[in-house]
Amino acid sequence: MRRILIIGATSAIAQAAARLWAARREALYLVGRDPARLESIAADLRIRGAARVDHAVMDATDIAAHAAVIERAASFLGGLDTVLIAHGTLSDQTACQESVARTLAEINLNGLSVVALLTLLGNRFEQQRSGTIAVICSVAGDRGRSSNYVYGSAKALVSAFLSGLRQRLHRTGVAVVTLKPGFVDTPMTAAFAKGVLWVAPARVAKGLVAAIDRGRPVAYLPGFWRPIMFLVRAIPERWFRTLKL
Amino acid sequence: MPRGMVSSWGNLVHADHELRRLASRHADFPQLPARCSVLPFGNGRSYGDSCLNVGGVLLEMRALDRFIAFDRETGVIACEAGVLLDELLAITVPAGWFVPVTPGTRFVTVGGAIANDVHGKNHHVAGTFGCHVRRFELLRSSGARLACSPTENPEWLAATIGGLGLTGVITWAEIQLRRIAGPWLDVETLRFGGLAEFFELCAQSDRDWEHTVAWIDCTRSPGSGLGRGLLQRANHLERGPVGHVDKASRAAARGLRVPFAPPVSLVNGPTLRAFNTFYYHRQRASRKKALQHYESFFYPLDGIRNWNRLYGPRGFYQYQCVVAPESGREAIAELLACVAASGQGSFLAVLKLFGAPASPGMLSFPMQGVTLALDFPNRGAKLARLFAQLDELVAAAGGRLYPAKDARMPGSLFRSGYPRWREFVPFIDPRHSSSFWRRVMAAE
Ligand SMILES: Cc1cc2nc3c(=O)[nH]c(=O)nc-3n(C[C@H](O)[C@H](O)[C@H](O)COP(=O)(O)OP(=O)(O)OC[C@H]3O[C@@H](n4cnc5c(N)ncnc54)[C@H](O)[C@@H]3O)c2cc1C
Ligand SMILES: NC(=O)c1ccc[n+]([C@@H]2O[C@H](COP(=O)([O-])OP(=O)(O)OC[C@H]3O[C@@H](n4cnc5c(N)ncnc54)[C@H](OP(=O)(O)O)[C@@H]3O)[C@@H](O)[C@H]2O)c1
Repeated sequence: MRRILIIGATSAIAQAAARLWAARREALYLVGRDPARLESIAADLRIRGAARVDHAVMDATDIAAHAAVIERAASFLGGLDTVLIAHGTLSDQTACQESVARTLAEINLNGLSVVALLTLLGNRFEQQRSGTIAVICSVAGDRGRSSNYVYGSAKALVSAFLSGLRQRLHRTGVAVVTLKPGFVDTPMTAAFAKGVLWVAPARVAKGLVAAIDRGRPVAYLPGFWRPIMFLVRAIPERWFRTLKL
Repeated sequence: MPRGMVSSWGNLVHADHELRRLASRHADFPQLPARCSVLPFGNGRSYGDSCLNVGGVLLEMRALDRFIAFDRETGVIACEAGVLLDELLAITVPAGWFVPVTPGTRFVTVGGAIANDVHGKNHHVAGTFGCHVRRFELLRSSGARLACSPTENPEWLAATIGGLGLTGVITWAEIQLRRIAGPWLDVETLRFGGLAEFFELCAQSDRDWEHTVAWIDCTRSPGSGLGRGLLQRANHLERGPVGHVDKASRAAARGLRVPFAPPVSLVNGPTLRAFNTFYYHRQRASRKKALQHYESFFYPLDGIRNWNRLYGPRGFYQYQCVVAPESGREAIAELLACVAASGQGSFLAVLKLFGAPASPGMLSFPMQGVTLALDFPNRGAKLARLFAQLDELVAAAGGRLYPAKDARMPGSLFRSGYPRWREFVPFIDPRHSSSFWRRVMAAE
């Protein structure tokens, strides 16, 4: 039985992953903002087979609350084997361009709040010398694009941070997993028309759980995004700047 | 806001719809564009236009897929309305509980099963799905939430069960499951040579068997085997082998799918006749006994994903009627003769006796009598003429057609078949409508 902490547990992708874990009888601790939704998700996961489930309410930007919530999770579960960080908002790029405050708020939530959590978790896992830290970043973090570079740069910050943390913890046996979904049909993307590259959260969750099982450093979800993003990254900046993406 | 092409199971209509989604049962009724109507959409397993709302909004319900409570002692389960029977069974079967009533596919949502008050092979003992719904919540466009049960808002319960999604949005429901010892059924298949024999066999079997259904070869004309077929009867095994039989073949069957629609229907005269003849002669003995897993017994077609695409890009119709017991025998014989004479046979014609249990909904389809279901590839005007003939026979026999399967019945036939429609109308949510409802209510 794995002891798993999920931060941003009301996210559609995180819920789909939690169901796979519940079916495997893992123990889960859910952290999110909305107590009613957390309670209904916890009840669902218990019925689906989870060994134990509890939850705590926390806004991810409330940095002062992080340490206590991690502690509560660890004491409920009797230790931590896996942490999944899933919270995020798809920033409104145009609105951000008009407002410094908004831009920084987005970077704060999608970037800094994750960095703060990773700092605490990194030290904790380094000491226990085992376990897996996994974070949902995004293909959007692979390159800044005019349509969503505020969101993208926050995800890029986290990706780079994870890469460093992975090197640091490598010798301790702790796995650090960077998860990079492409287009996923979730509440976050409700307003978008869906084309062929879109997938359901359940599909992404399958890949996510497998990547965590294997301790893969970087997983594109689904895998077809790896070659696509390889090409996107390969375009020289002088041409890239002329594109509208 | 998102739009998308939506079609129902019959693939007759592919229509652009405005799409909205409810993310949880606590979510508010969604904002709608002014003067736009809305219809809940389950998993699109209805054949015709009763789950479509062309020109309006579809409210996708699949994301409401959480379980709420499951009492493993009493078999009462509460879940959100977008949960598929498939997902439900995955949880309940290992705990020794089965859905009380199931349609021929497990890919329907709980909300869809209530809104069409679906029936199964055990109608003669268990009645409809709605008979086992203990309670549900109805969310109205005003934002009001009504708890409905036989004791709270019973009139809303009666309107919403079989209410075709028109009375509001079912957000969650509580269902009484049926105890089982395991996933296996004891199944007997019997050959019969004609309708008289069918009715006799059925009357006998319904006493001792929980599930009965028959398949009829409808490519036969009177005098050359009209009404011959196979009757299947089954009971859940009281105690049984634990998971050894054909697991591998089930897994293999599950993997099959029809990846795209062939340019023409693969279901046509010669293939139909061959298939029906093969099916009938598949079984040499007049009686065969077998042990079957619930998936292959209840959901033989679910093994081939998207089998509906075999009918090609023009899609197909299902015609399902029920006729009253008194006139039933003759009416069924006439219907089958009419189909055989038209040369537009059906892949699988399914025949079943509906029993005495009353349906709880004002517009529920099942009533005591005989039900016949036929599939037809879309052949345009030629098929429309056959349908008109069948309609007359059904109306004369005091029968009605099943809205979940329908894409074409005239409004007059709907209204004569469902005399309680006037009582139903006041319960329709002012923002709800469907392509089906506009069609059958249009003045002729
Ligand atoms: C292979 C196959 C076999 C079948 N066999 C049978 C059978 O044996 N017996 C039988 O009775 N039927 C049978 N059906 C029909 C099927 O059971 C019904 O059409 C069922 O209602 C489909 O459920 P759905 O979730 O796909 O709903 P949809 O088809 O998407 O919608 C059906 C109706 O339910 C309404 N609805 C959906 N969700 C909600 C909600 N949350 N709140 C309010 N209204 C809602 C919709 O507005 C619509 O009116 C079969 C269908 C197939 C494809
Ligand atoms: N959907 C995609 O296409 C896609 C693609 C690539 C990456 N991602 C990433 O995948 C992750 C999950 O997103 P999703 O697609 O599953 O969308 P989602 O269902 O909308 O989930 C977003 C989650 O973030 C939470 N959240 C937002 N602000 C928060 C805050 N201040 N404190 C705590 N939690 C907060 C939300 O909580 P509430 O429920 O309380 O609002 C919600 O649970 C995100 O990191 C996202 O960036 C998504």
